[in-house]
Amino acid sequence: MSALSREWLLSEQPTSRRQARLGQVYRTWLSLRSNWLAMVGLGIIVVLILVALFADVIAPYDPLAGGDLRTARLLPPSWEHPFGTDEQARDIFSRIVYGSRLTLMVVALVAVIATPIGLLVGTTAGYFGGWVDTVLMRTTDIFLAFPRLILALAFVAALGPGIENAIIAIAITSWPPYARLARAETLTIRDSDFINAARLQGASSLRILWGHVTPLCLSSVIIRVTLDMAGIILTAAGLGFLGLGAQPPQPEWGAMIAAGRRFLIDFWWVATIPGIAIFTVSLGFNLLGDGLRDVLDPKARK
Amino acid sequence: MTAHLDIRDLRVSFHSGAERVDAVRGVSFRVERGASYGIVGESGSGKSTVLRAICGLAPVTGGEVLFEGRPVSEPRDAAFYRNVQMVFQDPYASLHPRHTIDRVLSEPLAIHGFKDRDKRIETALRDVGLGPRFRFAYPHQLSGGQRQRVAVARALILEPTVLLLDEPTSALDASIQAEVLNLLDRLRAERGLTYVLVSHDLAVVAHMCEQLMVMQHGQTVEVMTRADLQAGRATQDYTRRLLAASEGYTPMETSA
Repeated sequence: MSALSREWLLSEQPTSRRQARLGQVYRTWLSLRSNWLAMVGLGIIVVLILVALFADVIAPYDPLAGGDLRTARLLPPSWEHPFGTDEQARDIFSRIVYGSRLTLMVVALVAVIATPIGLLVGTTAGYFGGWVDTVLMRTTDIFLAFPRLILALAFVAALGPGIENAIIAIAITSWPPYARLARAETLTIRDSDFINAARLQGASSLRILWGHVTPLCLSSVIIRVTLDMAGIILTAAGLGFLGLGAQPPQPEWGAMIAAGRRFLIDFWWVATIPGIAIFTVSLGFNLLGDGLRDVLDPKARK
Repeated sequence: MTAHLDIRDLRVSFHSGAERVDAVRGVSFRVERGASYGIVGESGSGKSTVLRAICGLAPVTGGEVLFEGRPVSEPRDAAFYRNVQMVFQDPYASLHPRHTIDRVLSEPLAIHGFKDRDKRIETALRDVGLGPRFRFAYPHQLSGGQRQRVAVARALILEPTVLLLDEPTSALDASIQAEVLNLLDRLRAERGLTYVLVSHDLAVVAHMCEQLMVMQHGQTVEVMTRADLQAGRATQDYTRRLLAASEGYTPMETSA
């Protein structure tokens, strides 16, 4: 069977819904593949996901229980401990590996919570206009007026510290930009002829919003979310650093930096290694986001 | 006998802040079942707004729209959309860029609860002269003429009795124009459809419509038959100028 061959995917005359959809995905993939920076970003994120999935296999030591406190504390990087050990004699490499799970969880949950809220609020406001628009967008403005980290801080302070509350706090503060973006996109298409045509077929507002408006807003929102991922990771790390995110002994990268800063001069690797991890993953998301923008948003194409 | 579509003293005005724009100022016409009625005028004469008001895309601020003798509901109900469909001017703007032709055609069927969708989609594509190979293509893979055929297929798939045509060929090449006009002609003959055609092109209207109305500044200037138009029997100055303009560019005679 010729399924999944290059010719089948790139056919100008697909013969089934599936072929048409897969062909579209394949074309997007081809243009993304030609952007090597985006592929570097994608590579970093794939590695992050793999490391998080196989943390048990990869990590040589327990991330929470340390070694001998008399002999194994603050050891410099060596073959035995590639990234050294921290003040509790724990292997930093293992903690970084397990920490990727927390980072990935934060990123995924924030994306899953904030993106739909932003899309829903934005497309609804843009499509209906009038007082619906006013109410929804003023609410968005209020959320937007809060400094992100401060609101997250207040939220965590009210609900109590912990990684779950940090995620909720970050999600609550990160949807307003998506709502504005989705509204702006909706405004440009709500009076277009293809939306009018759907109205003339008797389509309900819900059907138009979900089936016609959202798919067109989705690509710019996905780009924005990907680019925001770096900021989300940094906010989570910042909350961890301030002691309001993940609690010890959880191997969260921000909290690890906070713990290592006390001996930054003498034992540089304790704080530097998690810093490099945060930097690398943030960079990966930024590179991928830039690449996605080139592929998904034809208006921004150079 | 009641007319298929009866427009009585239709008025449409738009408000933007304190400003009020009267796009249509009291237009009346009747279209009998199976007839083809043309509306001609320059840009901004309100001719497209008349169509949009009939199908509920523009607000009716005065007058009445009667379909088969009964006033239409506000907003229009599903039964109205089953009977009255519209083809838009620009085929590049009237198809959703992320929907396959299959999706475009199956959506109205899903909304109105039709069963044998696959068969209907295939028939609709064949009726407008597109083969089944276009079914799963995206609009960007089609030419302008093919897109407009898809738009016609979409309008016809609910088997309406009235088709509102908003300059259906003005965005197309001259050669494709004739093709689409012939298609519309054939479909009308086959199905006994009622057309209301808006155009700035007198040649198109003369070809398609038995009766026509000339509009300017949201008002009716003159109502003519095709014979009147072909014989150049215009009673109003504006119509004469429109007729002269449609004959193409003629250098003005200047007295030396």
